[in-house]
Amino acid sequence: MANTSTHINVHNLDMAYGSFVVQRDLNFEIKRGEVFIIMGDSGCGKSTLLRHMIGLNTPARGEILYDGENFWEALPRAREAMMRRFGVLYQSGALWSSMTLAENVALPIEAYTDLSPDEIREVVSLKLALVGLAGFEEFYPSEISGGMQKRAGLARAMALDPEILFFDEPSAGLDPISSRRLDDLILELRDSLGSTVVVVTHELASIFAIGDNSIFLDAEVRTMVASGNPKQLLADPPTPKIREFLSRGEL
Amino acid sequence: MEHNINLESEISTHPYEVRLSRPTEDTLLVQLSGNWTLGKGLPSSGEVEQALETGQRVQRVIFDTQGVTDWDTSLLPFLKKIMELCDHHAIQVEEDGLPQGVRRLLQLAMAVPAKDTGGVSKPAGFLARIGNATIGIAEPGAEMLSFIGDTFLVFLKLLRGRARFRRSDLTLLIYECGAQALPIVTLISFLIGVILAFVGAVQLKQFGAEIYVANLVGIAMTREMGPMMTAIVLAGRSGAAFAAQLGTMTVNEEVDAFKTMGFEPMEFLVLPRLLALTLMMPPLALYADFLGILGGAVVAKGLDVSFMQYFEQTRQALSPKHFALGLIKSAIYGVLVAIAGCLRGIKSGRSASAVGSAVTSAVVTGIVFIIVASAITTVIYEVIGV
Ligand SMILES: Nc1ncnc2c1ncn2[C@@H]1O[C@H](COP(=O)(O)OP(=O)(O)OP(=O)(O)O)[C@@H](O)[C@H]1O
Ligand SMILES: [Mg+2]
Repeated sequence: MANTSTHINVHNLDMAYGSFVVQRDLNFEIKRGEVFIIMGDSGCGKSTLLRHMIGLNTPARGEILYDGENFWEALPRAREAMMRRFGVLYQSGALWSSMTLAENVALPIEAYTDLSPDEIREVVSLKLALVGLAGFEEFYPSEISGGMQKRAGLARAMALDPEILFFDEPSAGLDPISSRRLDDLILELRDSLGSTVVVVTHELASIFAIGDNSIFLDAEVRTMVASGNPKQLLADPPTPKIREFLSRGEL
Repeated sequence: MEHNINLESEISTHPYEVRLSRPTEDTLLVQLSGNWTLGKGLPSSGEVEQALETGQRVQRVIFDTQGVTDWDTSLLPFLKKIMELCDHHAIQVEEDGLPQGVRRLLQLAMAVPAKDTGGVSKPAGFLARIGNATIGIAEPGAEMLSFIGDTFLVFLKLLRGRARFRRSDLTLLIYECGAQALPIVTLISFLIGVILAFVGAVQLKQFGAEIYVANLVGIAMTREMGPMMTAIVLAGRSGAAFAAQLGTMTVNEEVDAFKTMGFEPMEFLVLPRLLALTLMMPPLALYADFLGILGGAVVAKGLDVSFMQYFEQTRQALSPKHFALGLIKSAIYGVLVAIAGCLRGIKSGRSASAVGSAVTSAVVTGIVFIIVASAITTVIYEVIGV
């Protein structure tokens, strides 16, 4: 972690689908190079928050700043440039099903760099090897397992060495060992590339292993009820619900 | 004092029985017996409701389920209703009489109160529904116009050489829309030629003018039927395929993945499909023209018009102008079918059934577009006199 300046700033954010308010008054900031965890009970709006941060849903109110620059008020061109610094791993993997794994990873590289086809092939093999999928270059997403799709999605998210990596439930559908390896990989990426990492997860082991900072969204009161380092939250839980959540309901 | 309100289910085919009685003045005893399983229908709690709300005020409800021989889920909604009612009227419920399993399941069901999701509202009244439907008419129109506008913008981008899509996608799509459609286009257009020739022959025979079947088939195929039938076939094949592909990609978050990586779906997904269909429609229509004429020739042969005579007559009847007018139409159909398919796919909801309706709607929209465009172009041709 080279410096600890603020990288992402979420200010008074309200999120809604039509008239159904999912969460309101979200205020938090994410430091550069931090692993930031978004947690909360099922259906509280974690995926929705992620969709707002990566530009797929428009906020009902409030702003999201990247390096002080307002994402939703930026001109389309500037916004596109900001989005290019994101890498996103979707809850379902979201690989492009009509392309092989290699093509999936190669597409953003082809589009945004001047590498030659041979160089691209090498980079792609490397990225796939990083997630343990060496040798699967010519497979289509439908020909590999769900966990492998997740990992291939990660390889694609890392294709352009993004400044910010967003993960929606990365370890859902992975066995404990792969899930552990994924955590190590996330930390490795953060340390080597200096990326900021935003993770939506319920996986307690991951939360404590990789989380530097976190927020907890509550589905009942529809706002964030706590923020801070997960270990500290466990040591000194602000509400009984958070204690219950972080100790796996074992009270 | 014991008033025995006997409210036994009147329909005796039900294997379950509810008996209500008042052991004391303010206590209601609900006695259940028989077989409470789903296959036997869901019992109504109406009688209990009535008993609670009429007569002497009830303070306490107790249960007796010793006579129940078998139970499953069907017992729970009945009991849950009663509990909620008692809750509402502040009546005390004693669950002791209920089987253990039932009590635990009830507790689970009542543990999380129904969440106010804002979305589910009571079904609107008749007038409100008419009003909403009227307002709703404008929405698809606006959606379509904005989509056509977007299509136009990416097309300009293409002309300036700035559009970004995979060339390999385009090649594959051209193959799928064009070459793979050949068999079905062959069959349909040949038969259309046969049908036109038959209809014409019956009439023309009365005047001994069978040879003019060639004119009829030739002009009808090249100007109208060839392009239109090809377009309808492709609306069913490619328009539907586009909607299904784009709809599934929406469901799988693939479209989202394109957006967040800075690939505009209009450019990356819609443009190649639009190009492929618009490029392949005219050649297919031309091919259909010839097969229709061939179909006509086969029928004419049966009327003692030789192939030589028939083709000579066709050659005289047709000029390149007729082909050109038909091909202009078919290019327009290509654009419209592609727009209908892609629009429905991109706007599809995020579920399997939403993709299904997107496909249906793509085909219907496509065919409506084709017929309307055909009428309009025919009138325009008529007015400018070609
Ligand atoms: N497209 C949509 N339209 C309307 N409401 C939606 C839509 N997507 C999600 N919701 C609602 O928004 C709320 C939050 O959904 P979201 O998917 O963000 O939850 P989540 O926290 O990611 O849950 P999980 O942990 O189960 O993935 C839910 O109550 C859901 O009903
Ligand atoms: Mg989610």
